[in-house]
Amino acid sequence: MAMDTLSQLSHLLAAGVTRAAPLLIAALGAITAERAGVLNLGVEGVMLLGAMTGFATTAATANPWLGLGSALLAGAALGLLYAVVVVSLQADQVVSGLALGFVGTGLSAVLGAPLAAAPQKIVELPQLSIPFLQQIPLLGRALFATSVIVYVAFILLLITKLLDASRWGLHITAVGENPSAADAMGVPVLRYRYACTIWGSGLAGLAGGGLSLAITPMWVDDLTAGQGWIAVGLVVVARWRAIPAAWIALLFGVLRRLPLELQGMSALLGNPKLGYLFEMLPYLGTIVVLVIRTRPGVGKYFAPPSALGIPYVRGMQK
Amino acid sequence: MSGLRLVPRLVITPRRQVLQSIVALGLALLVGAICLLLAGLSPLDVYLHIAEAGLFSIDGLADTAVCATPILLCALGLLLPFRMRLWNIGGEGQLLLGAWAATGVALFLPSWPRSLLLLTMSLAAMAAGGLWGLIPGVLRVRLRTSEVLVSLMLNYVALAWLRFFVFGRWSENGFPLTPQLVKSAWLPRLLDWAERFPILAGLPSHAGFLWALLLAICLGVWLRRSPVAFDLRVIGDSSRAAQTAGIPVGARMILAMTVSGAFCGLAGMIEVAGVVHRLQDRFSPGYGYSAIIVVWLARLSPSGVVLVSILFGALLVGSKDVKPSGVAQLLQGLILLTVMASEIGLRYRLVRTLPKDKI
Repeated sequence: MAMDTLSQLSHLLAAGVTRAAPLLIAALGAITAERAGVLNLGVEGVMLLGAMTGFATTAATANPWLGLGSALLAGAALGLLYAVVVVSLQADQVVSGLALGFVGTGLSAVLGAPLAAAPQKIVELPQLSIPFLQQIPLLGRALFATSVIVYVAFILLLITKLLDASRWGLHITAVGENPSAADAMGVPVLRYRYACTIWGSGLAGLAGGGLSLAITPMWVDDLTAGQGWIAVGLVVVARWRAIPAAWIALLFGVLRRLPLELQGMSALLGNPKLGYLFEMLPYLGTIVVLVIRTRPGVGKYFAPPSALGIPYVRGMQK
Repeated sequence: MSGLRLVPRLVITPRRQVLQSIVALGLALLVGAICLLLAGLSPLDVYLHIAEAGLFSIDGLADTAVCATPILLCALGLLLPFRMRLWNIGGEGQLLLGAWAATGVALFLPSWPRSLLLLTMSLAAMAAGGLWGLIPGVLRVRLRTSEVLVSLMLNYVALAWLRFFVFGRWSENGFPLTPQLVKSAWLPRLLDWAERFPILAGLPSHAGFLWALLLAICLGVWLRRSPVAFDLRVIGDSSRAAQTAGIPVGARMILAMTVSGAFCGLAGMIEVAGVVHRLQDRFSPGYGYSAIIVVWLARLSPSGVVLVSILFGALLVGSKDVKPSGVAQLLQGLILLTVMASEIGLRYRLVRTLPKDKI
């Protein structure tokens, strides 16, 4: 009995970790862009375009690595477009971000129509098992015998962690906190914002690719089903920090799996459809954190980058 | 050295605004054409088909009006908070919740007479949508929480709520939809009046568009006449100036958010009572999001909102049978993006700077 619970838990954890990987990748991208002061509400649409591009490329070449790369590029291309609009042309980031999301979603549906019409199997991203480590009870299966997208997420996590420690990371933070001071110090504000926007959007595309190449290997319209929005909220909950983002992504990943796992235990809950209410939790969690951060003592702890969403024009106050 | 420089414009004429919207629209159609070419379609055929199916036939026009109704209602609502630079992005969630409430009323009070039932459904929908707009409004005013993020997240909370009922409690034989509502919960249809106006024969479209149009006129008059509406604009220009002038900024913000939610909720009721006649998963193709684009394109004017809503309705209707299903969404996104990008042309003008030695 105890053994059974353990294996069930290990199963849930393994499923949660794979689910969490694309979420984390998208969130890490958003963290980098927002730390530089650029808000991108189009993550959902960018993820969709990445998912479609990755799937299409893999279907054509039978190489999931090429697929993953093309997903990254597709995201980066949208990121470049977005950077032109909000960094150079100084457009409102809330509305432009929504517009970008529309473009990504629409483009993925238009270009992916032939794929959606004729479902096919593709070569998925491989699983990677590390000998010995994978036998660790509970965690072994989740962390060391899983899809490569999880390892990709882990590497990106380490890179994003450098935002707090490296020279360029401090530059990015300065650009997002006080761009005029950064400019005065000789940090090229606009160039950093371009780079971070493109990188962030590229990661969103990559996350979409991970989704369509490893988690749910297929292409249908609206494959991401709101995960891009969860990533946007996750950034707030994680206070624009990489490591907390990983924990929260894991939590959300497990939560997302929970309804499926619970279907077996429906008698326990009395209502098998209660799982749908679980879908609310990531969004409600974000709202709760948004509210908590207004409390006097913790406000600073949860504060967003000061210049988030504000275009930078040299010599102009705000 | 001679070069180019951006100089802020002091006056923005309405004519320039309209001109800029048209240029942006043209640009969006051009980029859209390239995307369609990439997808192996003939852009000209697609555009002509959309125009023909959506605008140039009596059936198409009737469908367009039906499709434009929820967009128009949501957009009219969103206009209010947008005027005060308050971004209610939660129109979709407010619409879904309104639809849910209206369905609930119709399912539990099937024996009520038609006019009373429809009225109760509308009120319930407006209350539910209003509540969904009230939450981000109150949080914004009381706690300075970002209304963008809260209203956005609430969209998905509403979606999960709706699914919980559609898949569970209210499901018909396990399908993701509720049983069909009783006939007394249906909006009157155009063909009901065919006896008096023969041209309407064979048009199953509902008459909700006329109500929405009436609401648009009322809102337009109210925005022109009411001191409260004037407050909204002052707050949008400078909330500090409004505060100093004694305008209750917080109360106005909450009011605008709640009313916009109520409008969106009503849009949900109209969809349920007029089009689907039941609640089902994915009944809205994102009307609440389209409305955001419409308000922006219409530059916050009610008459502009009516015009753009009809065009967007035509876009949705016309692209319904264009095979890749995302064409409408793609074009909407491109239009908004080009409008946003060209905004800078309104605020600045390009000036050639004179060479130094000529000064």
